Amino acid sequence: MAVSYFSTKDLVSGGIFVVAGAYFALEALTYEVGTAFRMGPGFMPLFLGAVLTGLGIVVAAGGWKKPDTDERFTPSWRGIGLIIGVVMFFGATIRGLGFVPVVFVSSFAAALSSRLNSPLFAVLLAITLTVMCTLIFVIGLGMSVPWFGPWLGM
Amino acid sequence: MDMIASLSLGFSVALDPMNILYCFIGVLLGTLVGVLPGIGPTATIAMLLPITFSLSPAGALIMLAGIYYGAQYGGSTTAILINLPGESSSAVTAIDGYEMAKKGRAGPALATAALGSFFAGTVGTLLLAFFAPPLARAALNFGAPEYFALIVLGLLMSIALAHGSILKALGMIVLGLLLGMVGQDIYTGQPRFTMGVRELYSGLNFVSVAVGVFGVAEILRNLENEKGRDVMVKAVKNLWLTKDDFKRIIAPVLRGTALGSVLGILPGGGHILASFASYSAEKRLSKHPEEFGHGAIEGVAGPESANNAAAQTSFIPLMTLGIPAHPVMALMVGAFILQGITPGPNVINDQPALFWGIIASMWIGNVMLVLLNLPLIGLWVKLLSIPYRALFPAIVLFACIGCYSINQNIYDVYAIAFFGVLGYVLMRFGCEPAPLLLGFVLGPLLEEHLRRAMIISRGDATVFITRPISATLLGLAVLAVVIAVLPSIRRKRKEVFVEDD
Repeated sequence: MAVSYFSTKDLVSGGIFVVAGAYFALEALTYEVGTAFRMGPGFMPLFLGAVLTGLGIVVAAGGWKKPDTDERFTPSWRGIGLIIGVVMFFGATIRGLGFVPVVFVSSFAAALSSRLNSPLFAVLLAITLTVMCTLIFVIGLGMSVPWFGPWLGM
Repeated sequence: MDMIASLSLGFSVALDPMNILYCFIGVLLGTLVGVLPGIGPTATIAMLLPITFSLSPAGALIMLAGIYYGAQYGGSTTAILINLPGESSSAVTAIDGYEMAKKGRAGPALATAALGSFFAGTVGTLLLAFFAPPLARAALNFGAPEYFALIVLGLLMSIALAHGSILKALGMIVLGLLLGMVGQDIYTGQPRFTMGVRELYSGLNFVSVAVGVFGVAEILRNLENEKGRDVMVKAVKNLWLTKDDFKRIIAPVLRGTALGSVLGILPGGGHILASFASYSAEKRLSKHPEEFGHGAIEGVAGPESANNAAAQTSFIPLMTLGIPAHPVMALMVGAFILQGITPGPNVINDQPALFWGIIASMWIGNVMLVLLNLPLIGLWVKLLSIPYRALFPAIVLFACIGCYSINQNIYDVYAIAFFGVLGYVLMRFGCEPAPLLLGFVLGPLLEEHLRRAMIISRGDATVFITRPISATLLGLAVLAVVIAVLPSIRRKRKEVFVEDD
């Protein structure tokens, strides 16, 4: 942003509060709200959702005419993409592929999310982590998960 | 008398060879994660929580407690040697500790930190042993209105002690409370905010939320701007303190212990506040305030004692009321529940061996920590040369495997990704994650006690102010917020929390 008249920090965090608060409050309206004597499942979330929305507006408004002073927001998209991807991949395949292949692929991809890691280093790290995790979790702690899953025909 | 019998019961549990082993593993892991910057006790305990499922309750809790106070020791090593707080409460130690290290006095600085911590830890443990039983007895008379008031007090106190904007901290608490409401309603069984996903009926998994907002979010932030770190001190020599050093640290250690013990009981990160408060107190009381920032040994002794005393006394609200004072204690609540024990005033009577065993183990753990941290300092220095780029993939993996293994539920794993991104974005835009987690843990309790209180009083909301204990607690909560927004205190908070980022 070349010229900013508001604090991005306040605007974004306030915005998140408003969206989350509104979601919870609106969804709570579809449940029974009840009375103060017998509160229904919707009572607390409706109240708290409204409070959060209000807080979000105040936070966002507080950033008006208060330009950002500190450093820019510079996320590592590669890091976010790979790390989040790894977690999703783990969840999606742990039952199908089994422990060993999933851990190996996941640790390899996670290692690559750092620009400082070379592919060779990532492979070595992945092998180490796979051996370590299998020893600790599957053999040591008896986690009930197949080494190789049904998708691999085993 | 009673106390001696209780403590001997405690020691008989804590000295069981298996429990000594768990205590050792706990303090060892704690020191390890304390030493390594970028991974803290919160994320570690969250990851190990599932593993403790298969241990005995005493073993599990002894180990997890060990991780927490062990991290307080380890954090100071990193602060002194590489000027990076391995753990947030040791940020102040870095100021003078690192200066001492630069002058070749890393040994005395480390020794001061370890001895101060040991003394403070011992005193904190004793306070816990003395104050927990009467408090637990008092808490047995608490009804729903009192618990509601107590939770409100805890939540609002955590705002007063949080970093940065009060409004944002409040927002994070409310968001946490709302997230805690996902799942079936306790009274009617109606599913709420589950978006039709059956796996969410039992609520969001606490461990997923914790490793997401503390573990994954932190990794994403560290990946923004990667750099190596330098260990300036390759070998630490001359660990022993001179007579003069000893004289200089006695008073700061005593004052730090006193401050830390009191602040530790407060909800919301009292141990961080304690170390800052102790540092400014020492600076003000010193005859040579100009030495502070240039390697004053008092600047290491005071804060290190304060944060360790606070680490022990922060167990008091958890063990007596079942109310966690900060995120790590919230995880301990999770650990109790995983073991089928509801933390609260009944634990001391129903499970005396567990209760006193944990307390006794803290003392044993503190002894082990001194032994681990002083003679083995060379090992920890070596450890600091493990690069972060090799560590964080392991953290991600452990997080996934740990969460999945609790219930074999893949939605728990997806939740890590969701909360990782949410935590990262919020953290990056100036919101602290700690109040969110506290709200998340206390949300269901808050709702349950509020609704129960209203049913008992037949819808009369004045019940909260007509009952003396709940009125007092709510009064204190209001006071905490008022004090926090007073302009003079606001300025102080800015000074205290300058270390932000």
